[in-house]
Amino acid sequence: MLSILPQLVFTGLGIGAIYAIASLGFVLLIRAANVVNFAQGQFSMLGAYIMLVLLVSVGVPYWLAFILAIIIMAGFGVLFAGAVYWPLRNRGQLPVIISTIGASILLPNAVLAIYGPSPATVSGLFTNPGFMVGSVFVDTQYLSIIVAAGLMVALQYVVFEKTMLGKKLQATSQDKEMASLLGISVAGMVLVTFAYSAALGALAGVLVAPVLFVSVGMGATIALKAFAANIIGGFGSIPGTILGGLIIGLAETLGAAYISSPYKDAFGFIILLLVLLMRPQGLFGELIAEKA
Amino acid sequence: MDTPMTPAAALPIEALAVIPAARWWRGLPAALLALVLVIALTALAPNDSYYLNIVMQAVTYAIGVAGIVVVLGYCGQISLTQAGFMGMGAYVLALLTVRLNVPFFAATIAAMGVCGLFGLLLGFASLRLGGHYLAMVTISFQVILTLVLTNWIDLTGGPDGISGIPRPELLSGPHAYLGLCLVLLVCAVLFTWRLKLSRLGRAMQAVRDNEIAAGTCGIDAFRIKVIAFGISAALGGLGGALFAGAFAYISPDQFTFDESIVMLTMALLGGVQSPFGAVLGTFTLVILPEWLRFLRQAYLAIYGGAVILIMIFLPDGIWGWAARRLYRRPKPVQGRLPPLPLLSGVTGVANGITGENALEIEGLAKHFGGVKAVDGVTFAVRRGSVHALIGPNGSGKTTFLNVISGLYRATAGHVRLGGVVLGTLPPHQRTRLGMTRTFQNIRVFRGLTVLENVMIGAERPGNDVRGGAAVVARALAALDFVGLRHEAGLPVGTLPYGHQRYVEIARALAGSPELLLLDEPAAGLNSTEKQELSLLLRRLKGHGLTIMVIEHDMKLIEAVADHITVLNFGRCIADGAPQAVLTHPEVVAAYLGEPQPA
Repeated sequence: MLSILPQLVFTGLGIGAIYAIASLGFVLLIRAANVVNFAQGQFSMLGAYIMLVLLVSVGVPYWLAFILAIIIMAGFGVLFAGAVYWPLRNRGQLPVIISTIGASILLPNAVLAIYGPSPATVSGLFTNPGFMVGSVFVDTQYLSIIVAAGLMVALQYVVFEKTMLGKKLQATSQDKEMASLLGISVAGMVLVTFAYSAALGALAGVLVAPVLFVSVGMGATIALKAFAANIIGGFGSIPGTILGGLIIGLAETLGAAYISSPYKDAFGFIILLLVLLMRPQGLFGELIAEKA
Repeated sequence: MDTPMTPAAALPIEALAVIPAARWWRGLPAALLALVLVIALTALAPNDSYYLNIVMQAVTYAIGVAGIVVVLGYCGQISLTQAGFMGMGAYVLALLTVRLNVPFFAATIAAMGVCGLFGLLLGFASLRLGGHYLAMVTISFQVILTLVLTNWIDLTGGPDGISGIPRPELLSGPHAYLGLCLVLLVCAVLFTWRLKLSRLGRAMQAVRDNEIAAGTCGIDAFRIKVIAFGISAALGGLGGALFAGAFAYISPDQFTFDESIVMLTMALLGGVQSPFGAVLGTFTLVILPEWLRFLRQAYLAIYGGAVILIMIFLPDGIWGWAARRLYRRPKPVQGRLPPLPLLSGVTGVANGITGENALEIEGLAKHFGGVKAVDGVTFAVRRGSVHALIGPNGSGKTTFLNVISGLYRATAGHVRLGGVVLGTLPPHQRTRLGMTRTFQNIRVFRGLTVLENVMIGAERPGNDVRGGAAVVARALAALDFVGLRHEAGLPVGTLPYGHQRYVEIARALAGSPELLLLDEPAAGLNSTEKQELSLLLRRLKGHGLTIMVIEHDMKLIEAVADHITVLNFGRCIADGAPQAVLTHPEVVAAYLGEPQPA
């Protein structure tokens, strides 16, 4: 059993990278708009379905479907902000959270009503399925997921820490009134955040589509792991959430192989509960604290 | 020395009408009437099993949904696993009755106990931090529970579930069992309704509305949240146990995440602030889909959409909307009130707190990374004095107050309240020792009335009042003192800004504190209001209350202060009698800038 360990670690990191990408969008919304979005995983589900429709029904080339799905989802993010967040923005965190929970039920069930429950398959980014490195089979799809996760982390870091847009986003998150007094368009910043966050969710969705099936339930699965990644890493922390995602991916893959496969989904949550009990602020500490 | 507390019996009877739960029997007559009606209706109900099943489902669900009212409506914490707790309760009852032949009622109590215990454990793990943590942890719990119910086949029977679940012997007929469920629903509604008006329920609502202010009122927010979630889980367990008895067969797919969302929708639609709303919402959403069967395919999509629309257009649910329409402005309370004890040192002596100084601060520091917001401050507040803390903007005054009241942990130094070292005590335990405070940016409990806000202050642990009527009397006395008695019954959010500030002061006074901390009480007040405030502070001073006040308004400071400490850049630059301090060259320089050399 030990001989397959390197292979499991590679697969675990690949799965974990998916959770990491999805949770990046989630963290972004927390950091820039102070919104805890329970429908984050549904962005991935919708992204994957849009790509599927473009490929199968419209018949566009693969790479175009990939990019279009992400662009369309960015637009959807703006719509989502207008319907789910904007009317409730002045009523505190709780109504917004409940509203996003409503959206997380509405979206998959609407897709279910339209497309039915049967999952669909999508081919990978590359025609070459993979290659051997020593005893490890390096699946090109997992490899591209890991590379994409790295690129997105770098991009998010640069945007937040090095650009004016990032500074404006952070200012909006910390104090909307002050930000608007400084001439920052709060509404604009919030919309940008939702659009980017939905695009990130879609990226996770279109990357994972060839690995998992494209199904109505995939959004909830991804969202749950993304939340857990975030709590394990420390709420709102970017490096934390990446680490959390990788930890969950590894725990699931190794737990399913060595302990019990029906309980695959439980391992990440057990780690989550342990972290909450022993280090409730997460590995990197919670970013947001209320000011007295 | 003020006269001792007048017995509650001396309070005019109208005072009790303001806060219904002050009478122990409130709600009981209505509950009895409901019971009679319920029993009559069940006896007359048609013997149609389709009809009975629908009602049975609605009744058992409504008990579970009442649990959502407690945790979400009262305490503001999102639980997404109420169906999970119903499932857990149902399985505990089924396993105990079917496998171990435990009597039905004992098994029901065990089901509530197991669920309550799991609620406490999950709450303990996730409620130390914000409300979204509970939401996420409860989703995880739901997933794990479904996995266990499906895969631990030896124990749970797996996807096939458990059948042949018995009902209590004497109540096994459909009408008799429905009657039992209805009686327990009435009990659950009565319990939940009274909980809202109880001290515990007020504490939950305070935590929901403003956790920081709740802490400085002496409420241990973490404990209250865990209790709320435990109660909610136990109600879920009761609903689940009755559900198992009603349908004699249970399986994992009846208690999935989707069902939890359905239950959340029921609570939100009916009105999450009231158990009546829970019942209304549950019956609506159980019976409606039966009529709208053609929607079966898309019903969850519609529920999800409904949640968003309810949050936007009907945030208080149907019941809350109706209650708002029927709201009548309550009549002001007439009659004599017991005096408000305000002399510092009275309750303190009972707690073993003595000494000339109410508060001693020694080398106190608070650094945020490299920023030394408070940097080695030492001074003392004499008992019975009004001590002003002033300084330019950004001099560290509010940070200082936040360290004193326990919201921030000190980097170095000591704080002693009446000789007791406060160390790392959290805010609620400092309040227990006799320290209360107000906030620069007003922190009142918006979902409560003016009186309820002040009652929470009067219920400060360590205060000398006990029992509903005495607490009401004390709160009214505090409101009377600040001149807001006639507004006692109003929702606090409807008051103008200046009056909300007085509500905060009354809330602090009702706790008969040893030391009152006021954080910029004049901020945002107009000049008339400032004069009223100045008068109020002088009256408090006349009663011998120890006050430490942070303020920018020099006129106010000169009118009330016995002693002034000046902070600048986190350091104490002057400390002494008002005249000496205000003419101190360093203080003048701090406020007006350095004089130009001639």
